[in-house]
Formats: sequence, C-alpha cells, structure tokens
Amino acid sequence: MLVYALVRILYTIPILLGVSLIAFGLIHLVPGNPLDLLLPPEAPKELVDQIKAKYGFDQPLYIQYFTWLGRVAVGDLGNSVFTGEPVREQLISALSNTLVLAIPAAVLGFALGIFLGAVAGFNRDTWIDKLASAIAITGVSMPHYWGAIVSVILFSVILNWLPATGMGPSGGLPQSWEDVTHMILPVATLSLIPMGVISRLVRATVLEINGQEFTAALRGKGLRRKRIIYHVLKNAAPPAMALMGLQFGYLLGGSILVETVYNWPGSGQLMNLAIFRRDIPVLQATVVVLSFFFVLINLSVDVLQAAIDPRIRR
Amino acid sequence: MNVHAHFVAQLHGARPIADPAASDALVDVEDMTVTFRSRERVVHAVNGVSFSLRRGEVLGILGESGSGKSVTLRALMRLLPDHAQVGGKVVVAGHDVARLDESRLEDVRGRAISMIFQEPMTALDPVFTIGEQIAETVRRHEGCDRRTAEARALDLLDMVQIPSARRRLKAYPHEMSGGMRQRAMIALALSCRPSVLLADEPTTALDVTVQIQVLLLLRKLQKELGMAVIFVTHDVGAAIEVSDRLAVMYAGRFVETGTAIDMIETPRHPYTNGLLDSMLSGDKRGQRLETIPGAPPSLGQAPAGCSFAPRCRFAATSCTLALPEPTAFSPTHTARCFRMDTKAERFAMLADA
Ligand SMILES: Nc1ncnc2c1ncn2[C@@H]1O[C@H](COP(=O)(O)OP(=O)(O)OP(=O)(O)O)[C@@H](O)[C@H]1O
Ligand code: SF4
Ligand SMILES: [Mg+2]
Repeated sequence: MLVYALVRILYTIPILLGVSLIAFGLIHLVPGNPLDLLLPPEAPKELVDQIKAKYGFDQPLYIQYFTWLGRVAVGDLGNSVFTGEPVREQLISALSNTLVLAIPAAVLGFALGIFLGAVAGFNRDTWIDKLASAIAITGVSMPHYWGAIVSVILFSVILNWLPATGMGPSGGLPQSWEDVTHMILPVATLSLIPMGVISRLVRATVLEINGQEFTAALRGKGLRRKRIIYHVLKNAAPPAMALMGLQFGYLLGGSILVETVYNWPGSGQLMNLAIFRRDIPVLQATVVVLSFFFVLINLSVDVLQAAIDPRIRR
Repeated sequence: MNVHAHFVAQLHGARPIADPAASDALVDVEDMTVTFRSRERVVHAVNGVSFSLRRGEVLGILGESGSGKSVTLRALMRLLPDHAQVGGKVVVAGHDVARLDESRLEDVRGRAISMIFQEPMTALDPVFTIGEQIAETVRRHEGCDRRTAEARALDLLDMVQIPSARRRLKAYPHEMSGGMRQRAMIALALSCRPSVLLADEPTTALDVTVQIQVLLLLRKLQKELGMAVIFVTHDVGAAIEVSDRLAVMYAGRFVETGTAIDMIETPRHPYTNGLLDSMLSGDKRGQRLETIPGAPPSLGQAPAGCSFAPRCRFAATSCTLALPEPTAFSPTHTARCFRMDTKAERFAMLADA
C-alpha cells in the first residue's frame, strides 16, 4: 500500500511538468503578441525592447520556460501585466474566496448525492427511488445561472431572507452569521450539480453491486440489512470517490456564472478577467496552480481508492 | 418407517403417518414450485419437488445446466429475487421458511442452514478479507467479540486445511487460488456449525486433483459435524462418491431418486441412463450430453406431459398427455416415467420393433 502511494506520488511529477509546459505554452496559443495589448502600436522600439527584456520575452523559449518554472517552483508567480501587482496575492485571494464556497458546496453536494443515490438504489423502483431520482435529475439539468437567479428572486427579493449578492462584511473566511448568510445561496447553487451526478452514479453502482452474487451470499450468511448496506457502500465507494474528486476539481475552478450572479470574486472571475485582458502571467499562474490542485486531488483519490479496494493496488 | 420409506412417502406426496422419527427431518420439502415472473417472460424453474432429509444424510442432486438445481437450493433459504414465486411447503430445521419474518429469517440463514455458492470468486466480497468475512458471520450469529470471532476464523481455515492460515486471514479473495477460495467459502459456510449445508457445485471451478481433495474434505467435515448436506453437481462420479441418496433433476423435477446402487445398477428413467452413459463416455461439464440428443425444454410453460418426451427415444403418445407420477421400484428407488421396464428391457423392445 505504501509502495503504491509512493509510486503514485512519483507519477505526478511528469504530469505536473506536462501541465506546466501547457500552461507556459498558452502564451503562444493566444493570437498576437501579449505586448501588443500593453503598448500603443506607435511605441518606440527602445521601449518595446526594454519591456521585452523586463519580462524576459527576449530570451529563447526554453530559457523562458525554465526561468518561469524555477520561479513558480518557489512560489513567485510574477506580476500581472495589467495591474502590475503580484499575481500571487490576487490568486490567493481569488482561490480562497472560491474555496469558501467550494468546500461547503462539495460537502453538501456529496453528502446529499450519496444519500439520495443510496436510498434510491436500495429501494429500486419504489416511489422513494422515483422521488430521489427526480431530485437528482433536476439538480443536473437545471442551468446554474437560472437556478441562481430564481433563488435570488425568491429568497432575497420576494422573501427577503438572504442577501442577494456579494461577500459578507469580512470579505474572506466567514466570521459572522451575516457572512454565512451571504454564502447560503451560492453554496446551494454550486452543490446542485455534484449532488445530481453523484446520486446518479451511486444509484447505478448500488444496483450493479446488488445484482452481484456476493450480495446474495451476504444475505445467505444471515447478515443484518445494515451490515449488507455497509458492504455494498464500501464496494461502491471507489467509483464514487473518483467522481467526487473530479467534481471538487471543477468547483475549485470556480463557476463564472455563479460568481457573476452572486458577485463573488473567485477563481472563475479571475480567470475570466485574465482572458479578457490577455493577462498572461495571471492566466498561466492560475492554470498551473489549479492543475496542481487537480493533480493533488486525483492523487488522494487514487490512494484512498486503493486503501478501500485492494484490487486497485496492482 | 425407515429413512428411505419416509423419503418415498414424501415423493408420493403422502403425509408421513404419525412417526416420531419423521418429525426430526431437518429439511422437509413438499411439492415445491418456483416460478419467475417478469414483464417479458415466465420461467417455471422448479415444478413440484418433494424430499426430506435427516441429520447426517447427504442428498446428491444431478442434472444438466438449467434443470433448476441452484434455484431449488436458493428456495430453501428464501434467497431468490423478489420476482420469484415459491409454492409448496418448505420446512428447514423446524422453520416454515415462507412464513418467517425477515429478522427470524436472518437468524436462520448462515446458522441453521448455509450455502457453499457455485462460484467462490463472485460469491465473496472483493473488498473484505477472508478473515473479516468469516469473523463477521460468527459475530452476527454468536454475538461474540472481535477477538473470539477472529480466533474462530483461524480455526476454521485450519479445519479446511488452508496452509499458513494465519496469513490467509488477511488475504483478499483475489489474492487466493481457486482451490483456496473454495476452501475459504467452505469455511465460511461452516462457520456457525449449520445443521443443513447446501453445496452448489462446490468443486466445479477446480482442477481435478483439487476437486478430489475438496470432496474428501467435505465428506469428512460432514461426518464430523453430522450435517445434512444437499450436494449439487453435474459430475455423476462426484455425486456417487459423496451422496447417500441421489436425485436426478430434469426441467425442474426430480425424475429419479434412489441410492447410488439403485441408479447405477437399475436406472429406470431414460434420462438417468443418458446421464450415466455420458459419464462413461467422459463428457466434460458444460457440454451438451452427447448421449442424449437435444436440449432441455424451455421452461416458459409447464408441459402437460413428461418434460423429457421431446428427447426420449422411448416416448409414446401417452407420455405427452399426462405427467408421469413417481413410481416406487423399491423402498429407496422411484422414477417418474411411464415405461417401468429396465434399460435392458427397453432396448430389447426397441430392437424387436
Ligand atoms: N433470477 C432468475 N430470474 C429468472 N430466471 C431464472 C433466475 N434464476 C434462474 N432462472 C432460470 O431458472 C432455471 C434454472 O436455473 P438454475 O440456476 O437453477 O439451473 P442449474 O440447474 O443450477 O444450472 P447450472 O448447472 O448451470 O448451475 C434456468 O432456466 C434459469 O434461466
Ligand atoms: S414418460 Fe415417456 S417420454 Fe418421459 S421419460 Fe418415460 S418414456 Fe420417456
Ligand atoms: Mg447452478
């Protein structure tokens, strides 16, 4: 098991290098020179060269890559070409804003999804199954922004229970009940998709496992229903965890729609802005850091899966 | 009334007359039927099976694939899916299986009656160790602590002769060989000293040498623990080896029952003849029986006459009109066939015609 974990960790190194290469290459996929946007077309050549030298754009590509990588490795993500501010601070603030929503949304969505999926799977074809499945399908198929807008109208405008948009007064980690009230609607909106897809998967997996011979054998041993459900859920856990890892990764990327409707300055907004402004350092840094988290999440999922299902270890 | 007379009486559908010994039958099955009904189709898998079994007795059930052997065993434990309808009387260790509520049923399963499943690879939970799977059963039925249950699991693995048993406790099913898995499955089935053991082809997944070891082991444990065993197999040789009595199953019915000697020396049912001949000609499991051309009937509807008629070379018109009832040839021997003559007599007749 330990060996498996170590090997998996080693595997992430080439993956991370590849990701960094792609992130770095982004600059060359974008049409036009990033400097064009910063400098007026009639800028004197000396100024252009000066700026090029300042950002290292005059060096050969591979040198640019390695210097950039070296800086990224020690946490120096450069400065925004648009604002001149360090990317690191912007990114940390955006990501933590996103995390403040993503973590509770994931916990809520996963817990509800597992619960609904399991309840539906163990009560196949009953009204319970139909109800749980209907909730899940609604969650998956309702467009985010539509759900967001409707809930703002309902809870903020009509009922006036919750604030419509914006972060709470502390503007970061929630410190007061008021901060929490600002989180409720966006968290609920974000949790819908994970809830829906996970409950669909858990239901299907539970049905599949319930059809296997060993569940008949478990009943044949006289185990209580609770214990059998435990067996089935343990078998269902690895695929569910893989999907949860992916979903959490998506949540970290932030949802531009949800962040816009609720005016929440998270990683979705940051990336969107960087794309519009052609702010390559910001974009590169965001892509690299998000990919790093993505790889990290997948790594933990792999190791957890192997801890649960020994067949994966080989 | 001796054991066999009692058995014959059961086959005839007669109720045993007040016989103090008869009430201690561990398994008492009368006219059991199993029908699977789904929207698409109906399958009459078991069509009136009756037998009883006492402590220490081994009944071997022989029959082609699809004849209803596994369904019969599962019905004894009420392990069939919801769309299966079970009729007739099924009494196991004094419990009327159909009437037990869920909680009592769970107490009976694994304790009074347990099953060795046909394919140990798929019948063991892949994400629990062998030790965990045995220990949880012991804890479930005996309510002992984890330590005691684990010690018991170790004893059981020793009992089924798994080498380095302590290490195997921590093994997962996929880490063991077929033979070891099968032994583990046997240990699991025996973990709470059941009085009735259902063994569904316990050796078919194994190589011949391992098969023999496992069979001998089963026979030894059965004698030591005094269990009543129903032993299901395709393998005529194995059935003769381990069973006190044999039943040949065809299309959901016992078409012939008797001792091994009855069956070998004077088989009465043409299907039994075919099975024995196929053993002599060395047919492999899963193959069609070459000695009996044709395939078992579809079980979509219960036929009016003898289900074997389409494949039977001795079939007469009368055979398709009425169902042959079990006829006793000796206190131990019955068959469901209109032609009561022996094999030799039948062939003589064929030659004359
Ligand atoms: N769950 C089920 N639903 C519908 N039909 C079933 C079900 N289980 C078994 N059957 C049908 O019942 C019949 C008897 O099946 P059974 O499994 O008892 O055969 P078997 O004698 O054990 O054969 P084998 O030697 O291949 O194990 C078959 O026609 C099978 O298709
Ligand atoms: S009853 Fe008729 S068809 Fe059936 S086995 Fe006997 S001879 Fe053959
Ligand atoms: Mg079978």
